[in-house]
Amino acid sequence: MKKIFRFLGPYFYLLPAFLIIFVFRFLPMIYAFRVSFYKWGMGGAEKFVALRNYSTILKDSSFWQAFGNTIYFSIGVVPTSLLISLFIAVLLHQKIKGVRFFRTIYFLPVITSVIAVSMVWKWIYHPQVGLANNILQLFGVKGFNWLSEWRGILQMFFAFLRVNFPIKGPSLALYSLIIVSVWKGLGYNIILFLAGLENIPGQYYEAAKVDGATRWQVFRHITWPLLSPTTFFVLIMTTIVSFQMFAYVWMMTGPPAGGPLGTTNVLVYYLFDHAFNFTRYGYGTAVAFILFIIILILTLIQRKAVERKVFYG
Amino acid sequence: MVKKTVGKIIIIFLLSLIGITMVLPFYWMIITSLKTPLEAIQFPPTWFPNHLRFRNYIDAWKQVPFPRYFLNSVIITVATLVGVLITSSLAAYSFARMKYPGRNFIFLSFLAMMMIPIPVYIVPGYLILMKLHWVDTYLALTVPWLANVFSIFLLRQHFKTIPKDLFDAAVMDGCSRFGFLIRIVLPLSKAALVTVALFSIIGSWNAFIWPLVVTSKDALRPIQVGLAYFVQEQSTNYTLLTAATTFTIAPIVLLFFILEKRIIASFARSGLKG
Repeated sequence: MKKIFRFLGPYFYLLPAFLIIFVFRFLPMIYAFRVSFYKWGMGGAEKFVALRNYSTILKDSSFWQAFGNTIYFSIGVVPTSLLISLFIAVLLHQKIKGVRFFRTIYFLPVITSVIAVSMVWKWIYHPQVGLANNILQLFGVKGFNWLSEWRGILQMFFAFLRVNFPIKGPSLALYSLIIVSVWKGLGYNIILFLAGLENIPGQYYEAAKVDGATRWQVFRHITWPLLSPTTFFVLIMTTIVSFQMFAYVWMMTGPPAGGPLGTTNVLVYYLFDHAFNFTRYGYGTAVAFILFIIILILTLIQRKAVERKVFYG
Repeated sequence: MVKKTVGKIIIIFLLSLIGITMVLPFYWMIITSLKTPLEAIQFPPTWFPNHLRFRNYIDAWKQVPFPRYFLNSVIITVATLVGVLITSSLAAYSFARMKYPGRNFIFLSFLAMMMIPIPVYIVPGYLILMKLHWVDTYLALTVPWLANVFSIFLLRQHFKTIPKDLFDAAVMDGCSRFGFLIRIVLPLSKAALVTVALFSIIGSWNAFIWPLVVTSKDALRPIQVGLAYFVQEQSTNYTLLTAATTFTIAPIVLLFFILEKRIIASFARSGLKG
């Protein structure tokens, strides 16, 4: 009897977590995979449609618009956030007074909820009395219709220069969300870079100092290469997170959300819209699996990179 | 020497400039929340309110059931925190210290589950809740989050660093497996447990997409969903909206200022965004 208990013991420890994860993570995914092959509404399964949900999605122009917007969003957020946060982290690493103070301030937006952040920025972007346009007016610049401007930022820029340019770029509305997202995520990337910088052995810098290297040379030949695992991690993490953007669209755009003219409709909003506003669960789960594959590929790239970090780092 | 001082001044100038960019929206939120509706939309804007109008906070608090939203968020946050600490400690202990058939397979499956991001999970999760008839209940808001793989993984890594000799010695002294977890492993893992707890608290308080999807009753809404709908309904009343936003973020900001070092260290070590 005691022997049986001894054998079963470990499973008792595992059981609570296992039950939750099995019932609320694993089962839903299996179930949803089945649902994605059906026309499935409020009342449940209506009709088996095989792969038709998937093919309809891939033929839907608003899906491709959402896909394009998501890519625009990532391209807008990732490099900007990466460069600014790396720059700030290097500055913070210079052993100056008040590092902790600055770090705390930069981190404040990270722990603030997206809803609160969206609310505050919606107010800042207000076309008549918002802070953004007020500040621009101090410099004699006429304000923008930030969140309801459907014209592309490149389109606006080249129209201002009176030059013809074929690419419109993300709408100013989408770009406004990009700015908020960079602002919110900066602190997190800064502390990741700071942690990376602290891992670089000090003797490299001392040796460089002896050799009389300039600041740029030190950065180019010591900091940048030795920081590359962190940089890669930040790059992929920020990309994955930017593919999951949702709350800004729900909170700040429209009505209807995703506007103007669908230029801020991103993949997760497209998914939410079809599944919950139109209660098309079959179609919604199919979108979820397409999104899953995209994010999975990014995650696997990151895993590979982390492994390399362990071996060569 | 002079060159060095000038360099430092430039660095501090740049850092301050970015610091202002980070703080300005918060400052703008707080001063708007203390203005009269008329002053809030006045041009040029005032950088400090003429009269501090604290009444906005009371008005916002009463306009929609914010006390209820707060209570809901506290219930969800506490239940999730307790659940996560218990389930993760137990599971992590079994993964780190015990040998049994299927252990590695289960562990790897758990890690695979970690790759499912929340936006992908909402529709499947919602469909299961419909099957269970749990939509619009507290169960839907808490039970699925009572365990998470990230916490298990983090604790397991930490438990593994506790020497095996310690276990053998404790067993010699008549300590049971469970007693070893309670009396030795957990007290030695305070830092890791605090990290798990902080992520759980911040995550629950700030959660939005899941509670948005699984609740439609006003009485069940947690604070973020309540605030989000308040913003949609009162789209022009910015003094009340900023007041509501301020008291919504206050608990987490307070926690952050108290445990700032711990929180930043936790984020720096993890690969997860809050």
